Amino acid sequence: MMSKKMDIIELLNENSRLTDKQISVITELSEDEVKDIIKNLEEEKVLLKYSTLVNWEKTEKEVVRALIDVRVTPQQGQGFNAIAERIGQYDEVKSVSLISGGYDLSVEVEGKTMKEIAIFVAERLAPIDGVLSTTTHFILKRYKQDGVFFTDGPEDKRLVVTP
Amino acid sequence: MTNNKYISDVVKNIPPSGIRKFFDLVTNSRDIISLGVGEPDFVTPWTVRKEAIDVLDRGATTYTSNLGLPELREAVSFFLKNHYGLNYDPEKEIMITVGASEAIDLALRCLINDGDEVLVPVPSYVSYSPCIELTRGVPVYVPTYEENNFIITPDDLKSKITSKTKALILPYPNNPTGAIMKKEDLEAIKDIIIEHDLIVISDEIYSELTYDGKHVSIASLPDMKERTIVLNGFSKAFAMTGWRLGYIAAEHSFIEAMNKIHQYTTICAPIMAQYAGIKAIYECEDDIEKMRKTYDQRRRLIVNGFREIGFDCFEPKGAFYIFPSIKKTGLSSQEFCERLLKEEKIAVVPGNAFGPGGDGFIRVSYAYSIDKIMKALERIESFAKRVL
Repeated sequence: MMSKKMDIIELLNENSRLTDKQISVITELSEDEVKDIIKNLEEEKVLLKYSTLVNWEKTEKEVVRALIDVRVTPQQGQGFNAIAERIGQYDEVKSVSLISGGYDLSVEVEGKTMKEIAIFVAERLAPIDGVLSTTTHFILKRYKQDGVFFTDGPEDKRLVVTP
Repeated sequence: MTNNKYISDVVKNIPPSGIRKFFDLVTNSRDIISLGVGEPDFVTPWTVRKEAIDVLDRGATTYTSNLGLPELREAVSFFLKNHYGLNYDPEKEIMITVGASEAIDLALRCLINDGDEVLVPVPSYVSYSPCIELTRGVPVYVPTYEENNFIITPDDLKSKITSKTKALILPYPNNPTGAIMKKEDLEAIKDIIIEHDLIVISDEIYSELTYDGKHVSIASLPDMKERTIVLNGFSKAFAMTGWRLGYIAAEHSFIEAMNKIHQYTTICAPIMAQYAGIKAIYECEDDIEKMRKTYDQRRRLIVNGFREIGFDCFEPKGAFYIFPSIKKTGLSSQEFCERLLKEEKIAVVPGNAFGPGGDGFIRVSYAYSIDKIMKALERIESFAKRVL
């Protein structure tokens, strides 16, 4: 059962639009079993959200993202958790991760323009108590995300019909 | 000017491949989803690719011995023992070939005299008959039937044996049907093979892709090793089609004979592919397992998809094809595939390309992502509404 659970997680991670029926066929579980497992995974907060990978460049929406390296002072008894959660409160912040190396946190921020992000960093992020310094890297072009290439053209290099 | 008069009769008489004909049709169409491919959609595992790059860096650009690198033959021997309980001496009983394709040709050429008959179960892979004809042998078809799970039954086999029968091609797991022959199925035909003194050319290229227990090689049955030529390769198990790396395991005198042909016609398989193959065998067990599991998931999805649409679909237990029947539509395989291509832009291969008995079926490959399979199933369903 444990491995079936992993199978379901991996299948949904790859394509969250798979129906319970399709998952049941693929995993050889009954539809009810699939429903139960998914419900449990949702309750245990293993499955948090069913989202889509969008290439925003192909839409009218203006989206700018930046990765911001942040150095912070860990707090007594809390380590990095309290400040990471504090930074994560903002809607502009899409992800916060503790990282190894010269910086402590990597924060991904989304805005409409570079200026908007610059202002966010200067006026909201940098002044937070415990934030020592920030370095902003704007994302200029995405090539691959979550295992998917953003380039056009055929992905399949095979001949179309072979024996 | 046509130079046709110079072409040998035997070549002229080989019919053009049914797949080739269909390939030309497909190539001229745009935006199609193809489920027509007979090779894995995975790229060769990175460790294997890296090894080829590394040995090239170090200057591995020479010939190898005709039989292949000794280390690779060791590796193959280990693999055959480990996976199928087969015992072959890496020095005398294994040779490396340019894909299993060369292996098919070598096996036939070392056995066949003019007019010798070779039994070929059908439907099956497209190369056997032409290769038999090129050796001046005579292909004799042994039809297999859906109701028998597309395996060779003792009666089917017996009915085709004559005094001229020299060999039997045993292509399981099967392309295009996805059928496998289990141990008991092989045991059932074994005595007939021995009684009529036949040699078995066992093409086991899909042996790592079985979904109902492990593959059994007929060479592992008592008294069968000495009369079996086992053909296998790296293409399907390790997703290495373009490397052209295969091998033959057989009793020493067969290997010696085949190596005689191989040394004059081919010399050896490419050295970088051979080094990469060693890496594949020793370091890619997990990759094989992962790929197998992925194919198995897709297999269940696509079989179920075709059945729900309303087609009768044999449950394949090996390879990466399904072979659904389209007889209900009243269309021939060729008509069905051409219309499906034109009307829904889906490419699958007509069953008649795989020999007699293939008409009324189509070969659908599931060496494609689940997303792609689901998209294709939607289009096939809308087509089915018009023809079923």
